Amino acid sequence: MRIALFATCLIDTFRPSAGFAVIKLLEQAGYQVDVPELQTCCGQPAYNNGDLKSARKIAQQTIETFKQYEYVIIPSGSCAGMLIHHYPNLFEDNPEWKNKATDLSRRCYEFTIFLHDVCKKISFPIKNKISITCHDSCSSLRETGSKQQTRNLINSNKNLNLIELNDSDTCCGFGGTFCVKYPEISEQMVNDKVANIMATGAEILVSADLGCLLNIAGRLKRLKSPIKVFHIAELLAGETDKAGMGNEI
Amino acid sequence: MKSKSRNFKKNAVAALANSTLQKALQNAKDGFINKRKIALDALPEFEQLRSNAYKIKEHTLKNIEAYLKQFEQQVKNSGGEVHWASNTKEAQNIIVKLCQDAGARSITKGKSMVGEEVALNEALEKAGFETIETDLGEYIIQLAEEPPSHIIAPAVHKSQQQIADLFKEHHKKYNFKSKLETIPEIVDEARKVLRDKFIQADVGITGANFLIAETGSTVIVTNEGNGDLTASLPKTHIVISSIEKVVPTLEDTSVLLRLLARSATGQEITSYTTFFNGPKRNTDLDGPESFHVVLLDNKRSEMLNGEFHDMLRCIHCGACLNHCPVYNTIGGHAYGWVYPGPMGSVLTPLMQGLKESQHLPFASTLCGRCEEVCPMSIPLPQLLRQHRIQAHKEKINSTRSRLALKLWALFALHPLLYRLATNIFVKLLSWLGKTTGSISQLPFSHAWTRSRDLPSPQGQSFISAWKKQQKNKRMSKHD
Repeated sequence: MRIALFATCLIDTFRPSAGFAVIKLLEQAGYQVDVPELQTCCGQPAYNNGDLKSARKIAQQTIETFKQYEYVIIPSGSCAGMLIHHYPNLFEDNPEWKNKATDLSRRCYEFTIFLHDVCKKISFPIKNKISITCHDSCSSLRETGSKQQTRNLINSNKNLNLIELNDSDTCCGFGGTFCVKYPEISEQMVNDKVANIMATGAEILVSADLGCLLNIAGRLKRLKSPIKVFHIAELLAGETDKAGMGNEI
Repeated sequence: MKSKSRNFKKNAVAALANSTLQKALQNAKDGFINKRKIALDALPEFEQLRSNAYKIKEHTLKNIEAYLKQFEQQVKNSGGEVHWASNTKEAQNIIVKLCQDAGARSITKGKSMVGEEVALNEALEKAGFETIETDLGEYIIQLAEEPPSHIIAPAVHKSQQQIADLFKEHHKKYNFKSKLETIPEIVDEARKVLRDKFIQADVGITGANFLIAETGSTVIVTNEGNGDLTASLPKTHIVISSIEKVVPTLEDTSVLLRLLARSATGQEITSYTTFFNGPKRNTDLDGPESFHVVLLDNKRSEMLNGEFHDMLRCIHCGACLNHCPVYNTIGGHAYGWVYPGPMGSVLTPLMQGLKESQHLPFASTLCGRCEEVCPMSIPLPQLLRQHRIQAHKEKINSTRSRLALKLWALFALHPLLYRLATNIFVKLLSWLGKTTGSISQLPFSHAWTRSRDLPSPQGQSFISAWKKQQKNKRMSKHD
């Protein structure tokens, strides 16, 4: 079966290794993965800044780009939330596109949910014992609801020792353009998050959202913390011996 | 109170630098969140109650005119009077007139957010009345001449020491001179000062959490009992409230009360839940001789049939403030008017104008925790987005951010151009970060790099790398 990867603009730009890790796991589960070249961004910057006209146009482009695939896998809670929940809402006054958006939303899966719920038997090649902590993005908690799936995936490997974060349901302060519009508030929020991460004593932080990870990894690096940061797909694909986000290659 | 929402950014920076405030916020946050959680864990039917509450409020809002009429009739039947105020000025005038007619000199006040909304204290003081807030938190901020920083805990931003200092300064005139070192000592001194005020007051003004149409009752929930003394000792009791507080029946009120206390303070029920029904009857030993309810509209009728309808379900529990990571970082004053946090960021632009308060709807990560904890299922992030849509339409937000958005959308809508730009951007950033793996300084990016490095890309974009990989695979197949 051919399935498509919606790589997300942030993985495309900042973390191709996360995209390849996703493909590696999906291929292991028996799927042949396509990456449609005409994909760009899900349109959240426009949607969340009140520019509905641009958001609709981008949504239409995405809907067209992915119309032929049975499954569309999205390695980000936030982009998955956009395609699954917000695209249909964008076309309340346009039944034709509302149908198309709803049809796409039914075929879309956030990556960890797909891995857990659809690709049942899959094992992760993690050879050494690693202590990790996991940041749940707000959209993975409240839009796609993938917290449990993420935990089950991690806990299915005996070599992973998961240490939970305090205040794990509090936002890291990224918030798309929020972090550059209100940098002082965002700094305090990411500081609080990073303090909780450091308090776990874990060697590695993972999350299924690259926005949060850029924010958190950037702050950890500024504070010269040795904690390595990876997309959860990289962890599950056994690639944490490579350079983490913001680390020297 | 004049809105200072325009200065949100400046206010927020000052709040972040205020270490006393930061400490107070930290203490309050954990208390509120944990207490609510314990109360909810002990209430398995919470979701059922929440869905009932939604139905009750939606039914009421659909028939609000009929229920308000019924409420007015029932207040009249019990010997009271209802006054309608379409805006804040009218509400002020009505209440000042009522106080003048009562020949009042001294007025006690229970806590009322609608009172704050119409700047009632300022109006009463301007008209020459001595006005004393009797809720401890409100009393403290009245002495400090500050607005509330939280809708249910108005002085939550104050430290114990700050309160002791305020009392020392303001209670000298009552001959209180001892140093207040514990919370009970502070409460005790406030109680002694306020006792005389309760007895002297000619008019008592309270708010209302609910207005019950079938009985004409106004309901307040308090923990200090000050509301009861404010309402029942003076000769005149004035209730200031707003139209969306109406609820059809006592039975309906009980559903909302169960949600309100748990969501607000984590209590099953507050220490006092008081139902006021008109003035003193002939057979009553005491109580006010006259009873007035002033009902404020202030844009609420406009909200009824518009995009912000859902906001009218709000029962002012404060759970959205307590769980908001932005509110918990900067406190309530930064928002600049009387309603802070997520509910305030929806209401303030509606009541004070979007232009004046343009920062509020944008100063949110839309994390959704407010909606998750809201007992009335108000889609707060969506309502904030609604303001953003309006701000974009009216071109209220900054030219710079509009231009950046336009440019970005242009690229996002032209995939080939987008690929080209991404590849250049990735190459450039990868080169800049090649030695350390991250970038600590970048032109036009101070907002990001002031506190964070930017993890550098990995040499090429994912799609380019993928295309190359596919090409190599095809080539090796042909070989």
